[in-house]
Amino acid sequence: MNELALSDLQTALPELWLAVAGMALLMLGVFTSNRATRLIVGLAILVFIVAGVLVNTGRAGTAFDGLIIDDTFGAFMKTLILIGSGLTLVMSLGYIRREGMERFEFPVLIVFATLGMFVMVSANDLMSLYIGLEMQSLALYVCAAFQRDSLRSTEAGLKYFVLGAVASGMLLYGASMVYGFTGTTSFTALAAELGNGSDISLGVVVGLVFIAAGLAFKVSAVPFHMWTPDVYEGAPSPVTAFFSIAPKVAAVALLIRVLTGPFGGLFAEWQQIVFLLAVASMLLGAFGAIAQTNIKRLMAYSSIGHVGYILVGLAAGTAEGINGIAIYLATYIAMGIGAWGCILAMRRQQRMVEDISDLAGLSRSNPGLAAAFAIFMFSMAGIPPLAGFFGKFYVFLAAVNAGLYTLAVIGVLTSAVGAFYYIRIVKVMYFDEAGDAFDRPVGRELSWVIGIAAAFTLLFFVYTGPVLDGADAASRSLGIVAGGEAQTAALE
Amino acid sequence: MTDWLLSLAIFLPLVGAVFLITIRNEDKEVVANNARLTALWCSLIVLVVVIAIWVMFDPSTAEFQFVERRDWIPAYGIQYYIGIDGISLFLVVLSAVLTPVCILCSWQAIQHRVKEYMIAFLVMEGLMIGVFCALDFVLFYLFFEAMLIPMFLIIGVWGGQRRIYSAFKFFLYTLVGSVLLLVAMLTMYFTAGTTSIPDLMQYGFPPEMQRWLWLAMFASFAVKVPMWPFHTWLPDAHVEAPTAGSVILAGVLLKMGGYGFVRFSLPMLPDATVYFTPLVYTLSIIAIIYTSLVALMQEDMKKLIAYSSVAHMGFVTLGIFALNQQGIEGGIYTMLSHGIVSAALFLCVGVVYDRIHTRLIARYGGLVNRMPMYAFIFMVFMLASVGLPGTSGFVGEFLVFIGVFQDNTWVAMLATTGIILGATYMLWLYRRVVFGELVHEDLKSILDVNRRELAYFVPLIIIVLVMGVWPDPFLNVMHASVENLVAQVQPAIDMAQAAGN
Repeated sequence: MNELALSDLQTALPELWLAVAGMALLMLGVFTSNRATRLIVGLAILVFIVAGVLVNTGRAGTAFDGLIIDDTFGAFMKTLILIGSGLTLVMSLGYIRREGMERFEFPVLIVFATLGMFVMVSANDLMSLYIGLEMQSLALYVCAAFQRDSLRSTEAGLKYFVLGAVASGMLLYGASMVYGFTGTTSFTALAAELGNGSDISLGVVVGLVFIAAGLAFKVSAVPFHMWTPDVYEGAPSPVTAFFSIAPKVAAVALLIRVLTGPFGGLFAEWQQIVFLLAVASMLLGAFGAIAQTNIKRLMAYSSIGHVGYILVGLAAGTAEGINGIAIYLATYIAMGIGAWGCILAMRRQQRMVEDISDLAGLSRSNPGLAAAFAIFMFSMAGIPPLAGFFGKFYVFLAAVNAGLYTLAVIGVLTSAVGAFYYIRIVKVMYFDEAGDAFDRPVGRELSWVIGIAAAFTLLFFVYTGPVLDGADAASRSLGIVAGGEAQTAALE
Repeated sequence: MTDWLLSLAIFLPLVGAVFLITIRNEDKEVVANNARLTALWCSLIVLVVVIAIWVMFDPSTAEFQFVERRDWIPAYGIQYYIGIDGISLFLVVLSAVLTPVCILCSWQAIQHRVKEYMIAFLVMEGLMIGVFCALDFVLFYLFFEAMLIPMFLIIGVWGGQRRIYSAFKFFLYTLVGSVLLLVAMLTMYFTAGTTSIPDLMQYGFPPEMQRWLWLAMFASFAVKVPMWPFHTWLPDAHVEAPTAGSVILAGVLLKMGGYGFVRFSLPMLPDATVYFTPLVYTLSIIAIIYTSLVALMQEDMKKLIAYSSVAHMGFVTLGIFALNQQGIEGGIYTMLSHGIVSAALFLCVGVVYDRIHTRLIARYGGLVNRMPMYAFIFMVFMLASVGLPGTSGFVGEFLVFIGVFQDNTWVAMLATTGIILGATYMLWLYRRVVFGELVHEDLKSILDVNRRELAYFVPLIIIVLVMGVWPDPFLNVMHASVENLVAQVQPAIDMAQAAGN
């Protein structure tokens, strides 16, 4: 063991900052007992902004004996996570005020969940991976059950917890297998040990399968998706909004890091897993959503579908694929935040409504909101020139370049199926007879968030530079050798 | 010097649309009127710009003109790259001519959400011109797909009874086709390393790969054209869309399929094109004969014209895949002619629909007694659709037949039956609607075409007649580009013939 060096602390500064600030906010909450919830939400957003600065100015490298790593990839993903967490907090301001969720624990939990995600993204060891994952998950379990008087919310929390615990168990089991057969938990050592993937003992492969299954649960890829629709529907809306955005990014980032890093040599093995996960998720996401009547359940299936497309990029196994994923995530965050903002604005007579049919005639009663929602839906369907198209474009680009034509064709066809249920929402808003109008005003913070997300989604194509450059740098920093292509050829 | 003109034509309507969003007033009538006027003037300015482009166009070269090239996504070499040649020029003109017509014919027919309606049409215009100007594959795809959104809304919001079903059918059919185009595009990008259309034309793809690429593109363009058996979205969409929506669908959107074949399939994948020509011939012949028969039996005027569109587009694909100068020029000329004529026929239906609110043929009859001017206008377009010499329809179809006869006599012979069938259903339609006694009570007070309607019919009649008697100025502009295209396909034909012998 090395001495704890100052450089370690510098590398881990964003994480430390979140931990200390979260603790401080917790104390503040305890001492003021719910009177200062809005203040704490505001402070939490401030914490995120500072963390954003720290992330993007931090020192790259590994820390604490290689337990965590800080690189451009991590910085990109953490920035996305912060945007997701921060904006969902902003959006939830109105909700927690009205729906009796005005308890200081909520923003504090979000801060701790974000800290967990930071550790996940930066994990460079199976130990830190697990710690980050659990820290995030525990906070999320509580969030899901946050409306403790609501049966649906508590049920969602319990469901999430039980199934999440099973997944964590699988992950741990896999990690122990890997440790047993290689004698190390460090990603760097594992990468060296597993090398180019020849002479790998079966135990490691079994371990890899378990780890992949555990992580697939966290990204809600089919067939580990069962919890998603129920939890999305049951959890309070701002919490669901949070679930569908930041933790997705963190889990995807973690999956990328684990599979391309320590298990990079086992590409041929995990490519099959990812391939199947991607196909199943795209199909289920597209077909499962068709029959939904509840918008939150629909968004759950939609997010499963999106994970499918993201995994297409991972199945390519090239830096190009990771680049595609990074772009996809960036656009997904904008669309997701916007769409959830619109869902949070669905209130009638002081109550949240969540049926798709409640949107009927929105284009007449609130044209601005309807237009924004339509933009997000068309974007999620992948219609150019909206942002969502570029995400899909780059992911499929990588798949085609890696020779995964089957995957690309299934992907584009399911995206056409998916378009059906996205445009169904547009249909309800624009073609159906008007129902009662939603409560107005929508709320200042919420309108701003929706407006910014809509502008980003609509105008992304005009100036793609920053996102594309950032994604490019992020994918390069992982140092994936373009060996994926040759191995794909061997597989097919 | 003039490289910004095309961008102006593409973005001016979009700027107009943004401007329309900002119009706000308490009084809905004021908003509606301002929206109509803004949209009309905006589209007229675009028309002037496009005509200026036509005047400045140099017909002696096959090179792309008015080229503008800027980096857009430099990491992948994707550019904002636009320009036109003799093939795309007239399709741009067609889009610019039909948009003001659409706005004029919706002046009174559309009474609710006028502002949004005008926004949708201006956005459509910008995207349509963009499709025909794009010289980068990604840019093309962007315009091509983005058009689904406004058209979906136009059919769904302002359409007829079954508008929702039709809007979905239109959207999903077209989308499924175009996503396969996306896969083809990505594959071509990785094989050739560029998305620039002129560069892709020069790149020779391996024959085996060409066939897959060709089929993927075919999925997209055949739906758009539409070719039998992918045409079933069209009658629904046409019937349910508002008049102006049908005009744009028939006038411009269908042409994108034909344009896609000419711009992508033929020059980029010549071997596969030759290989699949029998397939296209077969489908075209079926389309011509089968849909003509179906048109014969329609009771709804719009549906009849919609099926006649499928038949006419059969001539277009037939001509294009004859793969010789006359055939391709005939195909393009038929596209232009059909763009004007079928649009005008939908407008004719719109005129009586606005007055009586039904499209059933049986509900009309004897209109000539009350509406002599209308009867004349309808007759001109009806005869142009039949292909009477002296109208634009004749020139295009004649060239197509010359082209196809050189390639395959049997195919040409079968196709000519389409002309006879076409005459049958159009003349019968005309007889039932216009001639006979005035039987229905509500028709006895029907009014003839007014000045606003004349304002768009007269120019269209002039275009149809000029294109019919003096096709040279149009064909001249195409010659160089089409010659170049034929030269690109010729080696593949020679090779196929050598292999056949």
